[in-house]
Amino acid sequence: MPDILYSKQHEWLRIEEDGKAAVGISEYAQDQLGDIVYVELPEIGRTVAAGQEAAVVESVKAASEVYAPADGEIVEVNAALNDDPALVNRDAEGGGWFFKIKLAASPPGGLMTPEAYRAFVAEEQ
Amino acid sequence: MSQPLRQTPLYSLHQEQGARFAPFAGYDMPVRFAGTLAEHAHCRRAASLFDVSHMAQADLHAPPEAVENLLPAAASTMAQGEQRYTLLLNEQGGIRDDLMIVRRGENAFRLIVNAACRDKDFAVFAEKFAGDFTPRPDLALLALQGPQAALTLNRLAKGAADMRFMTAAQMRVAEVDCLVSRSGYTGEDGYEISCAAREAESLARKLAAAPDVMPAGLAARDSLRLEAGLCLYGQDIDETTTPAEAMLMWTIPLARREQANFTGGKALQNHKPQRQRIGLVSESKRPVRRGWKIINPESGKPAGEVSSGGVAPTSPMPFAMGYVFLPAPEKTLLLHPPAGADVPALRHKMPFYPHKYFRP
Repeated sequence: MPDILYSKQHEWLRIEEDGKAAVGISEYAQDQLGDIVYVELPEIGRTVAAGQEAAVVESVKAASEVYAPADGEIVEVNAALNDDPALVNRDAEGGGWFFKIKLAASPPGGLMTPEAYRAFVAEEQ
Repeated sequence: MSQPLRQTPLYSLHQEQGARFAPFAGYDMPVRFAGTLAEHAHCRRAASLFDVSHMAQADLHAPPEAVENLLPAAASTMAQGEQRYTLLLNEQGGIRDDLMIVRRGENAFRLIVNAACRDKDFAVFAEKFAGDFTPRPDLALLALQGPQAALTLNRLAKGAADMRFMTAAQMRVAEVDCLVSRSGYTGEDGYEISCAAREAESLARKLAAAPDVMPAGLAARDSLRLEAGLCLYGQDIDETTTPAEAMLMWTIPLARREQANFTGGKALQNHKPQRQRIGLVSESKRPVRRGWKIINPESGKPAGEVSSGGVAPTSPMPFAMGYVFLPAPEKTLLLHPPAGADVPALRHKMPFYPHKYFRP
């Protein structure tokens, strides 16, 4: 299974060594949004369904939803984003992760490989 | 079928500079270059170059008394080369547009109005002044703003650094004939430079090549003007807001209010404002947005609404302008967003960042 998978809403999901799935927004998404100035993270313990709003990311101009790419439970959030929301711009697919899910099903379905996501983005542009 | 977007004379230059574009007032405008926050910070630290050619310029050949029949500005006491920020009102005293007027001669004025208001403003001017009113779509407009603007421009146009705030002069800038005014929409010292559209790219390239100058887009223009406490037509002021409500009565000299011979003048004399434009700073890092309700925290009752909200690298917390019903809450406010928790805020005098106008 590829290291990283993408949703149609431009989130990425990466299963880590401990089995938790880290989630963030893609490099493409952060570039489209511009400077990120605020992030609203979900509560730990919350159950999310794939496609359900899980977090909010705000750029200078507007707020955008971040959707859970898979079913599961929020087990960790990236508190660093509270003081440094620009981390999402600097390292969207690494240190700029938003939250981690304990997946309901592994591997999670309905997500794209990096190649498929690149093609998807190219079509959108 | 919708109209295709217009382009300013600097469109291909902006593409070269890596701009991101978005539609604004019927134009395909550069919204950002290096990034909105970076552009904003650069403007307050050095010098940013804005393409504002979408704004509509026009010449008016009329005696100042005739100008005063329409506009509240004290046109007859403006010296040659003086510029004023003024308002075009409707018959009810509401604001049709905010604009700049420059006196260029005894009976000669240059007007700069908002792009989105061009058609309705120009219809008013044309109806009143007929052939004496000449739109100038052949002109472009650039704004060079920031503490390094004067030094930068002076290298390309000797004497520019000596101009006082809100004055304008014809001069050659890098071999291009320009009407240069020391004014802007950022709160910084700076200039607005009008030249022939066909020479705009050459001029813009020279300015952009200067060591301290970076291009900036409309998003940074918006965060800068809001941080400077300046209104955006269509958001903070419109046909339903009077200068009294908008706290813009300072643009109408006392003598002119008494004369009241401009459009909307009589209505304004009889007008008792029911609300007031205020500034506020949030106690949360969450950006305040237009449309958020303002609640009086003591009574829990609705007190008003946010008209513009923003953030800036030069302000620690999000800030906003909005209107509150009179009597206005004195200090503490509660902001009610469409989703999420209510946010405490404090009234704050504007500007949120001090003005740096050149007034020696």
